[in-house]
Amino acid sequence: MIPISLKKHDNVQYLIGEQVLELKPFVPYDDLLCDLLCDFSKSLLKNKQAQEYPDVIAFAFWCRKSNISKLKESFGTNHNRLGLGIVFHITPSNVAVNFAFSFVFGLLSGNANIVRVPSKNFAQIDIICYELKRILEIKKYKLIKKMTTFIKYDRDNDITSYFSSICNARIIWGGDLTINNIRSLPVSARCVDVAFSDRFSFSVINAESLIELDNVGLDRLIEGFYNDTYLMDQNACSSPHLLVWTGKNKSKAKNIFWNALYLKVKNKYELSSVNAVDKFTLLCKNSIDLDVRINFKNFDNFIYVLNLNQLVKDIDKHHGKFGYFFEYDTDNFDELSSIVTNKYQTLTYFGINKNELVNFVVNNSLVGIDRIVPIGKALDMDVIWDGYDIVSKLSRIIDFK
Amino acid sequence: MFKIEKLFDDLSFSLKKNDKELLYSEALIELTKHHYSNCVEYRKILDVLEYDINIEHTRKDIPSLPVRLFKEYNLHSVDKEEIIKTMTSSGTSGQKVSKIYLDKSTASNQTKVLAKILSEFIGKKRLPMLVIDTESILKDRNNFSARAAGVLGFSMFGFNITYALDVNMEIDYPKIEKFLEKHKGKDILVFGFTSIIWEHFHKPLLNDSTNSINIEKGILIHGGGWKKLENEAVDSITFRNMILKSSGIKKIHNYYGMVEQTGSIFMECEEGYLHCSDYSDIEIIDNNFKTCDYGKKGLVKLYSLLPYSYPGHIILTEDSGEIIGEDDCICGRVGKYFKIHGRVKNAEIRGCSDTYKS
Repeated sequence: MIPISLKKHDNVQYLIGEQVLELKPFVPYDDLLCDLLCDFSKSLLKNKQAQEYPDVIAFAFWCRKSNISKLKESFGTNHNRLGLGIVFHITPSNVAVNFAFSFVFGLLSGNANIVRVPSKNFAQIDIICYELKRILEIKKYKLIKKMTTFIKYDRDNDITSYFSSICNARIIWGGDLTINNIRSLPVSARCVDVAFSDRFSFSVINAESLIELDNVGLDRLIEGFYNDTYLMDQNACSSPHLLVWTGKNKSKAKNIFWNALYLKVKNKYELSSVNAVDKFTLLCKNSIDLDVRINFKNFDNFIYVLNLNQLVKDIDKHHGKFGYFFEYDTDNFDELSSIVTNKYQTLTYFGINKNELVNFVVNNSLVGIDRIVPIGKALDMDVIWDGYDIVSKLSRIIDFK
Repeated sequence: MFKIEKLFDDLSFSLKKNDKELLYSEALIELTKHHYSNCVEYRKILDVLEYDINIEHTRKDIPSLPVRLFKEYNLHSVDKEEIIKTMTSSGTSGQKVSKIYLDKSTASNQTKVLAKILSEFIGKKRLPMLVIDTESILKDRNNFSARAAGVLGFSMFGFNITYALDVNMEIDYPKIEKFLEKHKGKDILVFGFTSIIWEHFHKPLLNDSTNSINIEKGILIHGGGWKKLENEAVDSITFRNMILKSSGIKKIHNYYGMVEQTGSIFMECEEGYLHCSDYSDIEIIDNNFKTCDYGKKGLVKLYSLLPYSYPGHIILTEDSGEIIGEDDCICGRVGKYFKIHGRVKNAEIRGCSDTYKS
């Protein structure tokens, strides 16, 4: 295939790559691609600056050889596949490392990639781009280098339109408004859009199992829950907003859980004035708008817990932030099926058999819940995300008989 | 039953700590009961916060309403038929504006209290008034700005109201000279918005080598926020010194107030501190909403005795401030005196659902 010359634009900054993009799709999980990620992972883990950023380390760890091999194995070789061509990534503006995951998904599927990185200045972007650039200089990866472009620009529909018009697939991260806006920009007829939109996530905890935990186990659970929520101010689409309690002795379990979380948050989380006002404002709004009885508990503004006496149908429209949780007690988890919409993404659990939860989704024929993972794993990115197998989505099958 | 009229016979900065505390405990609890019984949104909030109006409380226990709520809900505590006026706050295009619903008595008390507070700075008589702005802000009736509302609100304390800037926001020297000549030897009320005075009056004056203005008998009342000036590191004291240099005005008072508590504004004294009058009070709270000691910075929570037709008697602002002291300001006024440090900083929002909004 012929290389593509990217149109020059004054407001586009090229962080990696030049304005000529080579287009030679690979087979997904091609050895060369896996090798590159392995080298990339090693160099990031060695980078001194990267040590300061847990999100960079988590990303580097994800790219390590054993994980990629595992993914490759589970992807299988049932079909002959090749990458679609060029993937244009429109990544979230205020998370530092999702652009890197997005790129890796595009790469592993065998594509050339144009990655729009967040317009905000994150140190993580510099570190990741620095190491990737170095790796791409290695002779063996010459072709991949020619297929990789990282760009930066402020919101500009003209520029987004241009890249949309030349790509074969787009990965769009954003709120519903953003996604609709980008979807309105014309693409080629065969272009595939993978959109990661606003989602709603929740947790379920079995009270008896929680009470049985020893101190170490409890701390592990609390740490996991903290990472799922406070680490991203509950703004990640997989961070839970609603906690469902099942089993016996719920009040005892809740008491243990919230108090332990309070100690953790108090020690680790920096609550700003703006966030405190935001939380209180949200509480006032929920008090006015939600037509259910709310039993409210406030842990020094670090945690707000709103126990609801009945399920709210549109609870998925109510996102907590900065440690703001809805809570619901039930002895019949199946009643949740009445509120699950296709907005629901991740269900994190503790003390409950995961098969039961999968059956809950399948047997009730739910249109939502794409992901069921233990508490503590909510933010773990993977090639299967939002219900899509991204590598399959970004590659095509060469059928033959 | 507490009656605000009782305060009208006294000066506006005369209630000492203990008396004020007694009065406020009674008055605010009563106002809270009134709003609870008559404003359904307010009642829902207090119910969730488990505030029981039948139990004895101190006034610090009474929940405050975040100012943003006035933008999102129509909050009033009197029947709709009794509302005679709706005030709206400033708001740049696209932003929601606060809506404040006034009945006859609340509106009239606002005017009376504003007049009483101001009279202690400019005297009881109306003064010739120079507005540091352009008259064209009043022309666009469809887009009645906060600037226009402010100018009109303060206009009742002046006569021969003269606008110092032309349509292009440039100083109209002949007009000002004529005005000053006419009122020679008399006190003059000068009014305007802090940032406009700074950009469109002070700076051009300072750089103008041919024209000059000397308003030595001027009393400048200005408000509207320091945001633009803070970028240039201009504080209240610098502002005073510089304005004196450029225009000769010696008496300069900043005011601070929220549209939710119109009337009971806070005035800056000769020492450069903002003062609570008998009609208002301030509390500084930390991120856990616990009361801060004097001298400690925190979120500004404001009290006013005026809001009856809407539940704005205790509001939580998004400003940062610190109380300097109480009843012992060198200027001689009693009550708490404080400083405002601007809006609380907007924290970085983390999350993955926002590609573009920023």
